[in-house]
Amino acid sequence: MYRKMVTLQVMDTIFYDAQRQGRISFYVTTIGEEAINIGSAAALNATDVVFSQYREPGVLMWRGFTLQQFANQCYGNEYDLGKGRQMPVHYGSNELNYLTVSSPIATQVPQAVGAAYGLKMDKKDACAVTYFGDGGTSEGDFHAGMNFAAVLGAPVLFICRNNGWAISTPTSEQFRSDGVAIKGQAYGVRSIRVDGNDALAVYFAVKNARKMAVEEFRPILIEALTYRVGHHSTSDDSSKYRSVDEIEYWRTRRDPVARLRMFLQSNRWWDDENEDLLRQDLRTQMMSVLHNAESKKKPGLSNLFEDVYDVIPQNLKEQEQETQAIVGKYPKDYPSDVPLD
Amino acid sequence: MRAPPSTVRASKLVTNAVAVKSETASIAATKSGHELLLFEALREGLEEEMERDPRVCVLGEDVGHYGGSYKVTKGLAEKFGDLRVLDTPIAENSFTGMAVGAAMTGLRPIVEGMNMGFLLLAYNQISNNCGMLHYTSGGQFTIPVVIRGPGGVGRQLGAEHSQRLESYFQSVPGLQMVACSTPYNAKGLMKAAIRSENPVILCEHVLLYNLKERIPDEEYVCCLERAELVRPGKDVTILTYSRMRHHVLQAAKSLINKGYDPEIIDIISLKPFDLHTIGNSIKKTHKVLIVEECMRTGGIGASLRASIMDNFWDYLDAPIMCLSSQDVPTPYAGTLEEATVVQPPQIVKAIKQLCG
Repeated sequence: MYRKMVTLQVMDTIFYDAQRQGRISFYVTTIGEEAINIGSAAALNATDVVFSQYREPGVLMWRGFTLQQFANQCYGNEYDLGKGRQMPVHYGSNELNYLTVSSPIATQVPQAVGAAYGLKMDKKDACAVTYFGDGGTSEGDFHAGMNFAAVLGAPVLFICRNNGWAISTPTSEQFRSDGVAIKGQAYGVRSIRVDGNDALAVYFAVKNARKMAVEEFRPILIEALTYRVGHHSTSDDSSKYRSVDEIEYWRTRRDPVARLRMFLQSNRWWDDENEDLLRQDLRTQMMSVLHNAESKKKPGLSNLFEDVYDVIPQNLKEQEQETQAIVGKYPKDYPSDVPLD
Repeated sequence: MRAPPSTVRASKLVTNAVAVKSETASIAATKSGHELLLFEALREGLEEEMERDPRVCVLGEDVGHYGGSYKVTKGLAEKFGDLRVLDTPIAENSFTGMAVGAAMTGLRPIVEGMNMGFLLLAYNQISNNCGMLHYTSGGQFTIPVVIRGPGGVGRQLGAEHSQRLESYFQSVPGLQMVACSTPYNAKGLMKAAIRSENPVILCEHVLLYNLKERIPDEEYVCCLERAELVRPGKDVTILTYSRMRHHVLQAAKSLINKGYDPEIIDIISLKPFDLHTIGNSIKKTHKVLIVEECMRTGGIGASLRASIMDNFWDYLDAPIMCLSSQDVPTPYAGTLEEATVVQPPQIVKAIKQLCG
């Protein structure tokens, strides 16, 4: 678990820098929330279906998504599973039971309930899991999703990363309730509040919640308290609305990765040398992964028109031909790394 | 305000639509078939598909033991259980979202909107997720949902319950949209929509549920992308769908008496248009009248006109005429409401103008 948390931290740092250097167009970091990502992922089964918001790549990482695959999606190259159609960090993997990320907030919450409904009908030993932030709990979809899950007795885990900020809106301006756990109680959903920066606490909370959800056919709400150390995304500069001191405090003194590291080291299961080696190795891997992803071709133009429907209809075929004709005629006006087919 | 139970609907149904029986419409109807009403045809299609595939399920308000506001799901909860015919709390965006999530993980849900107008609340899930996720996931996840419900102008249901949502949905990429107009095509389209791997919006009309027709006993499925040639002719092509098909048929009686020979096509597929059938007709008649219930601005007629001009400009002898509802919310007063819907005399007048 610790290694994965470090990997997530290193990956985030390097991708963020890559965006700043203009190598990728956009990125969303998970800095400060590594414990929630990895701790919860470790407590789930591979068959549990995950509906995330966009700050949970650690869950995908835990399940086996490789650094190369993350990079391919961010670069939108021909190896991207999403075929270059979504923005960076909107990962998705059918194989790893992680549904493709969709930007609108909280739309994944009722979807998770729907998946849980299916699992319940099929009596599978699996649950649906959905992640969202404190801001997401204001959306109508959150409330209805919770209500539905409670009424249906759906085996779904609602994991809220209460990180204090929704872009520039602090939780004090997001809701006046006593956090998020109490919202669950209003819907008749068993809820728990957990220290989101304690990886082991998150792990045990999710593990127990999962057991309850699957065995008793009920939803569980987990509010994990944490802090969003990074900016909302690369399009944001959070020093504009919060003090740099506050950010620094959480980044250095309340870092979940460092916290687990100290626990491991105090038990002599880890040491500084291991740490340095790990980080060194990860940096090298990331560099090669970035280079690799950058050098690959982009998906061809036909990907613009495929998968809109299961079989491409006539009107789209015509539009594709028109587009190919124009790009073929004026190649200098179009990117050179996008093949025509 | 929610719609009153369908028993009230049945007794109030004295529409022009019912006056025109579907003698010209049944394609494969045989004497040995069985007679039923349109809502029963929808139910039959739904029931057959639920029997055939255990993954098919229904979600919506009051669809369970109440049987649905228009009785389309009557008896299904008793037969298939409360989970497969699921009564949902009142949150359209959410149960549509649920259906999207369930579809992506293996089920084949049908979402019933009590009235199409309420599905505006589900627009976020329909546009941002339902139509998109197959594409943005790189084809990894399919969303075989069917979203259906009654729309169109009813009998004094008020503006909020008289919406023509096909205008708003036609633009969403990734969706398919069809409109049923007879018991025959209602059952066939319901079955086809359920079997389709794409998300399909099945537009029903609130005043057509009690239309009666004899349909075949044998199993059949309609094609989602094909228009229906209702009456062959050579003078003019009339393109229409849903309830307006019946207004056109009524007007046709008068037109035929006056010596006109209109070719009537029920376009069925609102997204994408069946330009093959439509084009063949235009190449024969060279004149087009579109009769729709949508508003003038941004309706199906507007898109159809653009499509026809793009593809068949050279075959037109006259500008395309389009009869639509005005750009007003539907008033409650019966007389005013009737004035907002295209009536047979208007259609007759338009043909006279077009054909001379």
